[in-house]
Amino acid sequence: MTKKAVLQLGALTCPSCMQKIENAVKNHNGVENVKVLFNAAKVKADFNDEETSAEDLADVVTKLGYTVEKIKVKA
Amino acid sequence: MKFQNWIQTHNNQITLLTAILIVLGYAGKFAGSLLTYNIVLALASIIAAIPIMLHAFQALRVKVISIELLVSIAVIGAFIIGEYNESAIVTFLFLFGSYLEERTLSKTRQSIKSLTEMAPTTATLVHDDDTTEEVDVDDVEEDDIVLVKTGAAIPVDGVIVDGHGYTDESAVTGESREITKQVDDDVFSGTMLSDGYLKVRATKVGDDTTFAKIIELVEDAQDTKSHAEKFIDRFAQYYTPAVLIIALLVFIFSRDFKLAITVLVLGCPGALVIGAPVSNVAGIGNGAKRGILIKGGDAMDTFAKVDTFVFDKTGTLTKGNTSVAKVNSYELPLEQAFALTAKIESLSDHPLGRAVVNYAEQKDYSYQALNITANQTIKGQGLSATIDGHAVLAGNHKLLATNGVHLSASQQEDLANLKTTGSSIVLVAVDSKLVLMLGIADIIRPEVAAELQQLREKGAKHLVMLTGDNQATADYVAKEVGIDEVHAELMPEQKVEFVKQFQQDGRIVAFVGDGINDSPSLATADIGIAMGSGTDVAIETSDVVLMQSSFHALVHAYGLAKKTVLNTKENIAIAIGVVAFLLIGLVAGFIYMASGMFVHEASILVVIFNAMRLINYGHEKAEPAAELRTAK
Repeated sequence: MTKKAVLQLGALTCPSCMQKIENAVKNHNGVENVKVLFNAAKVKADFNDEETSAEDLADVVTKLGYTVEKIKVKA
Repeated sequence: MKFQNWIQTHNNQITLLTAILIVLGYAGKFAGSLLTYNIVLALASIIAAIPIMLHAFQALRVKVISIELLVSIAVIGAFIIGEYNESAIVTFLFLFGSYLEERTLSKTRQSIKSLTEMAPTTATLVHDDDTTEEVDVDDVEEDDIVLVKTGAAIPVDGVIVDGHGYTDESAVTGESREITKQVDDDVFSGTMLSDGYLKVRATKVGDDTTFAKIIELVEDAQDTKSHAEKFIDRFAQYYTPAVLIIALLVFIFSRDFKLAITVLVLGCPGALVIGAPVSNVAGIGNGAKRGILIKGGDAMDTFAKVDTFVFDKTGTLTKGNTSVAKVNSYELPLEQAFALTAKIESLSDHPLGRAVVNYAEQKDYSYQALNITANQTIKGQGLSATIDGHAVLAGNHKLLATNGVHLSASQQEDLANLKTTGSSIVLVAVDSKLVLMLGIADIIRPEVAAELQQLREKGAKHLVMLTGDNQATADYVAKEVGIDEVHAELMPEQKVEFVKQFQQDGRIVAFVGDGINDSPSLATADIGIAMGSGTDVAIETSDVVLMQSSFHALVHAYGLAKKTVLNTKENIAIAIGVVAFLLIGLVAGFIYMASGMFVHEASILVVIFNAMRLINYGHEKAEPAAELRTAK
């Protein structure tokens, strides 16, 4: 089933970070739609919960070197 | 992984250490030890380059050529040819620049951040057995009862089931004033209970509350890009790799290694990428603080270009509820006449009757104690009754005529005057003499005429009113407030037709409505502005939402949009100017790596500072007046 994950990150300062995060999350298995909000420092992604989880996505972002402060999942 | 995390959380310390090393290195040089100078600066370069290279590498892994990559290559290049001072200063400036950008950017985001921080995180749940429990706000469900005490934020949208108090709804409406709340009143998440004690039954929770929707809207708006920004984004995406290729070409053709790595540093697309978004963020934040929600850079751009404002009369130019607008009294003292009128009208459910009773209550005329002995409703004419022994008639002209009450010449004149305002008229006779002539109308907001003038001064060329109301009322309101074009007795579809017609004439149209039944027009217009309504439909269909029903907010929003767009243009001009300056400097030979990086970082700060001026837009008006007072 498709769910929506909202990750709250620490403040983003360079617009090029956005592209990095967007590409990394988009290329993760089971992710359908990604939007990175630069000013709000949020990642919104639709994902298939049989293939991946919000925690996996948070992990991807953390590996890029950004702190994930909060994870929210909406059905 | 651990090392990487440590580096990323200790950026500031690394920057500081680099700065100290650079100072030490130069001290060594002045002391005459060139060896110390080179070793210390090489060390500084290595330390400062680590976090930059980490970022460059991470980006490369997801196939993004980042600014960090350009800087990394340039630094390695400088290192190879032994220019340790250049590599140290470039890396330091890059890190220090990021630090300053983070600090200043957070200022431009502050308005919105303070809004989200008002969002409650916990709630006190009341169980059926009256015990209470502190829970996370996300765990509250619809129909749960929550307890709110003085000083706490209300965690849900809901209805008061017990208690009373005063709330401050400034987070939702931008209007800071205390509102009395009692049982059965609605309360909104994010508002503060400044005094009192409430039990609230939740009707909307979590992300469905009005407040959560506002926050989401504003957050999305900040990142909804204007056409110019989208263009710059796309441009930047190809620009960075292009710089890499250009640097390579420069090296191949000129065989000048130093020139090639300098191109890499100068090519960083800094101010250009950050300039436009930062203006919009500051502008949108300024609005959000005042209960003005502008949905993103596109809306901002279009709003600034608007030359025609189309108003739906009811609820925007007027207050949206009928009340007594004009009172003429004859023969009897006003208070006595009005008390009798209120008493007789209290028998009626008619909207005009209710307006009269409300007016009497507002003015504190005591009418309840009066005694009615007989009463009658005359269809199509009005009411008649005997009150405390007086024969009272309240209704239209026909009612008085059939009961033998005649108007004097001056009263006839008053009546004719009142008719031109388009008001509904109630005549009251006591013992066969006319005592009151009431004009009842949807009252024009007192500030509208002056604010519309302001709108014109800010660039509005054509002001139009569309209304479903009758022609006489429409003409009167238009004349009072200064509207250029009026169309009355319209259905909602016809209003849309007018909006389309204006657009075909080449105008940029803003439609201002109360968001209740004018969604089609709001959606059709270039800019739909919903006024004084936080309803879901209004929030969704309009481009600008004014949370408080105030004309001043409209004028502020229009001015803000113009200022923000101007600010964006200034920033783009600054950015392009800096690039031109650097290129000329490079060709003329007075710009090298470190100085290039300095100009580059400085230009980023300049555009951020320029955008920060928008945060205080609308504040400065009060100041000259204060100065004048102290000057006297």
